[in-house]
Amino acid sequence: MSEILRFEDWAEPVPPAEREVVSKLPEADEGRPPLLFVPGLGHGGWAFAEHWLGHVAARGFPAHAVTPRPGGDLRAQAHDVVQVAASLPRQAVLIGHGTGARVVARALGRYPARAAVLVAPVLDGWAALGAALRSNPAGTVPALAGGRLRFSARQLFGANVPGEEATAHLERIGARPRAELFGRADLPEPVGGPPVLVAGSPDDRVVPRAALDRAAARYGGAPLLFPGMGHYLMLEPSWAEPIDAVLDWLLKEL
Amino acid sequence: MQDSPDLGDRGGAVCVIGAGASGLTAIKNLRELGFAVDCYERETSVGGAWNWRHDRSPVSAGTHLVTSRPLTEFPDFPMPDHWPDYPHHSRVLEYLERYAKHFGLTDHIWYGMEVVSVVPAGDGRWDVTINSTGGGSSRVQRYAAVVIANGHNWSPVSPEIPGDFSGQVIHAAGYKDPSRLRDRRVLVIGGGNTGCDIVVEAAQHAERVWHSTRRGYWYGPKYLGDRPADQVRHRKGPAWLRQRRYRRGVADLTRWGVPAPEHAPSESHPVVNGLLPEYLRHGRIEAVPDVSRYDGKAVELTDGRRIEPHLVITATGYRPRFDFLAPELLDIDERGRPDLHLHVFARKHPTLAVVGLVQPDAGLFPLAHWQSVAVARWLRLHGTDPERATAVQREESQRPLASWSRRRVVPTRRHWFEVDHVDYLRTVESLLSRLEGVK
Repeated sequence: MSEILRFEDWAEPVPPAEREVVSKLPEADEGRPPLLFVPGLGHGGWAFAEHWLGHVAARGFPAHAVTPRPGGDLRAQAHDVVQVAASLPRQAVLIGHGTGARVVARALGRYPARAAVLVAPVLDGWAALGAALRSNPAGTVPALAGGRLRFSARQLFGANVPGEEATAHLERIGARPRAELFGRADLPEPVGGPPVLVAGSPDDRVVPRAALDRAAARYGGAPLLFPGMGHYLMLEPSWAEPIDAVLDWLLKEL
Repeated sequence: MQDSPDLGDRGGAVCVIGAGASGLTAIKNLRELGFAVDCYERETSVGGAWNWRHDRSPVSAGTHLVTSRPLTEFPDFPMPDHWPDYPHHSRVLEYLERYAKHFGLTDHIWYGMEVVSVVPAGDGRWDVTINSTGGGSSRVQRYAAVVIANGHNWSPVSPEIPGDFSGQVIHAAGYKDPSRLRDRRVLVIGGGNTGCDIVVEAAQHAERVWHSTRRGYWYGPKYLGDRPADQVRHRKGPAWLRQRRYRRGVADLTRWGVPAPEHAPSESHPVVNGLLPEYLRHGRIEAVPDVSRYDGKAVELTDGRRIEPHLVITATGYRPRFDFLAPELLDIDERGRPDLHLHVFARKHPTLAVVGLVQPDAGLFPLAHWQSVAVARWLRLHGTDPERATAVQREESQRPLASWSRRRVVPTRRHWFEVDHVDYLRTVESLLSRLEGVK
């Protein structure tokens, strides 16, 4: 596919849609680039609003989380991310989690981000499916036939997440994965050559360690690892650790 | 800044002339590849032609885009998707201002500064003389490269019509809103997009309206059904099918006295105006042939008819001007037409380029974007790997002119820089692949 001749976008542009954006702004504008968080399958901007957005704003970065249109395909979701990014006053840093990282990877081909962070990225749907079948066969098999994907607490969260909290989060997470997730489409070359960081946990039961390494290698680096954590790094009790490391990396790169 | 001329050496920095759409995307793409950039803008704000506050802006109160958003926006900075398909010019300016702010371009622009001379300094570098438009200060700076983005729609061309006219004659550049048309008899000369926009406004406000066109054009509508016509035209399919879709949409106006076009629709960029046919059919606009001379209160037409307008508006286009450099640097011929590789690269000066000097059958911004990406990568390669740069230059010199330039188009100034945007972008893409890996 040509990145220059965009017949699909010229002839059939993605129609506009309502997009939910949650924002937390720092008290004083220090001229830092805004961070735009992109959730993955089954959760929305709320997962970032819980802890990360406030923390990021407290450290002086404008923080936003977009929930792409429900039911949108990868193209529509990447469109939503680029639309929100372009509406921000300054060049944004894109941060995607899970399948949201795949949306970010696609958006990077269309928008010159200031930097990008892929957190526990599901870039390779087959690896994620394999991992899901291993850790939660009963919840995964029905989804293969088009049913709802049912996650288990053990699958998504690290051992140190209190049971009640995990159950509460689990109730808000529901996903009907789209077939296109399981393609291995080539990820576009990021435009404008932004620095890209991959972060995750070696104990993540959704994204295997090898997939993290592959994702990081794709963008020319090694993953930043947070052992002991589950897939939802932003909802775990030690949520501050990864986001602080990401912000430190950003300050170094900017 | 000093009052006396002072030669400042800016090292590897690139000078960009003009902060309109083309200049802005040049700054952005050069900066993205790591170049230091100084952009000089004679006005005190960005937006060039699209900034209605600027003296030289050709827009009038009613100007809307004639190409729809997806074919007009920069490919890496979309317009908001909830905007109308064909935004008003004030929104285009808002978009350019946001683009400049978003990518931090304004820090690299010197406002109120006019480039008055660009002279080769030997060794491929350039001495650029800049004057403050406020008067007084002047300085000379040396740059590694110069990218010209001064636009080509600001120096009006008026037809030379013999005789004296006792009414009023203005160029379309000076037409700002329909108030001056009210209850007057108006003759509009010129069948381009501007002429058609003005003649439609005249039909809505003036007492009587004539539209003089020398040759026939294809007048396309803005919509086919509920879709913008240019989007329909880009649906996948063989060229003949796309051609047929287009022909079905364009109006045949010969019954109302409009000359039939002598060229195929693909051979000149389309005039997009859905209202013009309506007003012709309602009899509000009378199509007339070329003007042969003025005679006091009357205007004589080539068919011998005499009409008596109060006001004549000449929508007869603009000429490109590069007063600040010697014409041979851009191979400018005696008619003022520069000869540049891909309408961008000076043939004998590898560090001199022009961005935005094309007339595509779609929006200009995407082409200006990819042109400036190519310029930035070319300058980088030229600076870091002269051997490979020479090889690329040799390959490029073999490229047939017909692959990117429309040579069969109507041979008037209006069509000098006409390109088919798909063919053109395909060519730029193949140049970019030759520059692959340049960081």
